[in-house]
Amino acid sequence: MSEIKKIKNLKEFSTSADRFEGANLLCPGCAHSIIVREVLNATNDDLILAASTGCLEVCTAVYPYTSWDASWIHIGFENGSSAVAGAEAMYKALKNKGRLKQPDRKPKFVAFGGDGATYDIGFQWISGCFERGHDMMYVCLDNEVYANTGGQRSSSTPIGSSTTTAPAGRTSYGEKKNKKDMLAIMAAHGAPYVAQVSPSKWKDMVAKIQKGFAAEGPVFINAISPCTTEWKFAPEDTIAMTDLATDSLVFPLYEIINGTELNITYRPKNIVPVRDYLGAQGRFKHLFTKQYEYLIDEWQVRVDNEWARLQRREEARV
Amino acid sequence: MADNMELRDIEVWDGNMAASQALRQVQVDVVAAYPITPSTPIVENYGNFSANGYVDGEFVMTESEHGAMSCCIGASAAGGRVATATSSQGFALMVETLYSASGMRLPIILNVVNRAIGAPLNVNGDHSDMYMGRDSGWIQLDAYCPQDAYDLNFIAFKVAEDHDVRLPAMVHQDGFMTSHTAQGVHTMTDEQGFSFVGEFQPMNDMLDLDHPVTHGVQTEEDWHFEHKARQQHALMTAVLPKIQTAFDDFEKLTGRKYNLVETYNMEDAEVAVVCLGTSVETAVEVMNEMRAAGLKAGVVGIRVFRPWPLEQLAEVLKNVKAVAALDRSSPHGTVGALYNEIAGTLFNTETKAVLTNYIYGLGGRDLTKAHLKTIYGDLKANADAGKPTTPLQQYIGLRGPKLSFF
Ligand SMILES: Cc1ncc(C[n+]2csc(CCOP(=O)(O)OP(=O)(O)O)c2C)c(N)n1
Ligand code: SF4
Ligand SMILES: [Mg+2]
Repeated sequence: MSEIKKIKNLKEFSTSADRFEGANLLCPGCAHSIIVREVLNATNDDLILAASTGCLEVCTAVYPYTSWDASWIHIGFENGSSAVAGAEAMYKALKNKGRLKQPDRKPKFVAFGGDGATYDIGFQWISGCFERGHDMMYVCLDNEVYANTGGQRSSSTPIGSSTTTAPAGRTSYGEKKNKKDMLAIMAAHGAPYVAQVSPSKWKDMVAKIQKGFAAEGPVFINAISPCTTEWKFAPEDTIAMTDLATDSLVFPLYEIINGTELNITYRPKNIVPVRDYLGAQGRFKHLFTKQYEYLIDEWQVRVDNEWARLQRREEARV
Repeated sequence: MADNMELRDIEVWDGNMAASQALRQVQVDVVAAYPITPSTPIVENYGNFSANGYVDGEFVMTESEHGAMSCCIGASAAGGRVATATSSQGFALMVETLYSASGMRLPIILNVVNRAIGAPLNVNGDHSDMYMGRDSGWIQLDAYCPQDAYDLNFIAFKVAEDHDVRLPAMVHQDGFMTSHTAQGVHTMTDEQGFSFVGEFQPMNDMLDLDHPVTHGVQTEEDWHFEHKARQQHALMTAVLPKIQTAFDDFEKLTGRKYNLVETYNMEDAEVAVVCLGTSVETAVEVMNEMRAAGLKAGVVGIRVFRPWPLEQLAEVLKNVKAVAALDRSSPHGTVGALYNEIAGTLFNTETKAVLTNYIYGLGGRDLTKAHLKTIYGDLKANADAGKPTTPLQQYIGLRGPKLSFF
């Protein structure tokens, strides 16, 4: 197995060799780029990457330019997972046949996809890859919306969020369904490692990415990715937004090993009310009216219940 | 190392086995596939070779045909030999990725065992799936029998993987009629088969870790057109000569001769039937009977459907007085695809030929010798009159009231 990269501090981490260039077309303050850099910088190993159609893809590989200094492939919206799985299969074949050009280097295979590409349209392909056990990491850039196409709902969009296909209005508070529990679904595949990460909790995130790289088989990472454009907050507040998400426990940080062993990896010292998280984003603005205010209390109850459930599972070790 | 398989000079194989054996002999690095009738046995046979040490590449059974072609694309971009097989609904599910594969210039080989597309659901052979692929940017070769299905796979790999081509290729065979009908197939030894195609030569391979590459970029109105035009240019200029060279080399090796356009008694033919797949053989048999009865009849078999051999076909048809284009797919709202192609081929030439269209064999219905005799009768009447005496588009072998158009 290759050596795990040692990362001493944030300064060193943020300035380490960069295989994802700052020259890209993502919005200023887009969390996608922060997440991608943290994943790539967590290892010194060679990388074979894929992306599904979405903001990351359309903003980083516009011919004749590329932001990627590692091999990278995009096919369509739903099949980034299979693209990397195919490359991983070819790696195995060529290794077996003695035809690798650099036989002593073992690359890591990573696919990036938005929540649309992951929770919705690409789910079947991801499920197939995980069931087959390809040695790959799938990273979901979860901004809870189809950002690239102008902010339509996905099955990751949380209750009460206003999107262009489930807009808030006089008779609707926006999204009616709660976010799909993708981590539980991926853990149920028997994956050796699945985890939720936040780019602002970078030590926790790097540790998880490195654990994922060390695991044999398919690894699923769900990364919260605040979208300044669709969540409607100022671009300089991206990190503050991820902190609000983790510290309100709206986006709890935990991992599940081998489908059963759940560990909560971050317990906020001061838990922030969900109201503060919602209030910081334009997509929930309409909840702060007499008509829809009851939803904020419901949100808080839901988050409290989920946090309690996670703690019970952690304790029970099942 | 994969084990060699001792083959007899002539093996009794159906079209599916013939295709599987070709995939084994060229030692494909990654086969990612999904089963569907009637191409399933190709995948099963390959799985069997894999389970018994006759291939040492990766065999990936995906969750769908779309996933299969997606894996093939990733594997091909990584830098190695890649193949798969499908039919019908599976082909339809793959369509999005077919355009990706060709647009990314990846030399994947897809065996298409032709089958109707529902609704109504139907497992039998017609050319609906084949026609669905015709604008996808792939090379499309057509086998008429198990021997062709074997041979054309070697041709497909050789041409597709050529660095001047770098385009994916389909090898078509008719569902059941070819895929499940066993015939004597002349074989090559494993050594001969492999060396005809040769070791895979990677280009822009993702696994060359010292030279990272970006595959599958975004282009808008600024560059998209140039990319598509270059692909079309390769198809229109590079591919047919490469196929011809491969045919020539193959003939030297095996004695078996293939042509861009297959002709049967076309030198002095006054009337001709143009068709694809297993129908060619039936048409040739009837043509010989018509000749014996005094009609100067000929048959043209389309061997390369894409790129369309426009010049070669115009040459073959230049002195013919009446031509029947036989389409085994419902054109749904126009004339048949072969009719269209042939009309496009003959327009702007000196031809005076009368061109008519027959839709036949949908969902696996038989094309009989009696049907072909009727067609030759129509052709003779058209040739004698110098104008159409029959409707432009007719059904053959259809139950119920006569339907015809134009
Ligand atoms: C098959 C297909 N359906 C729809 C689209 C249109 N489309 C492209 S990206 C996208 C949304 C992407 O959302 P997500 O995966 O969440 O990524 P984000 O842009 O939010 O990062 C959609 C709907 C497409 N490209 N392909
Ligand atoms: S729309 Fe959102 S996800 Fe897309 S680039 Fe902008 S900030 Fe990033
Ligand atoms: Mg999204």
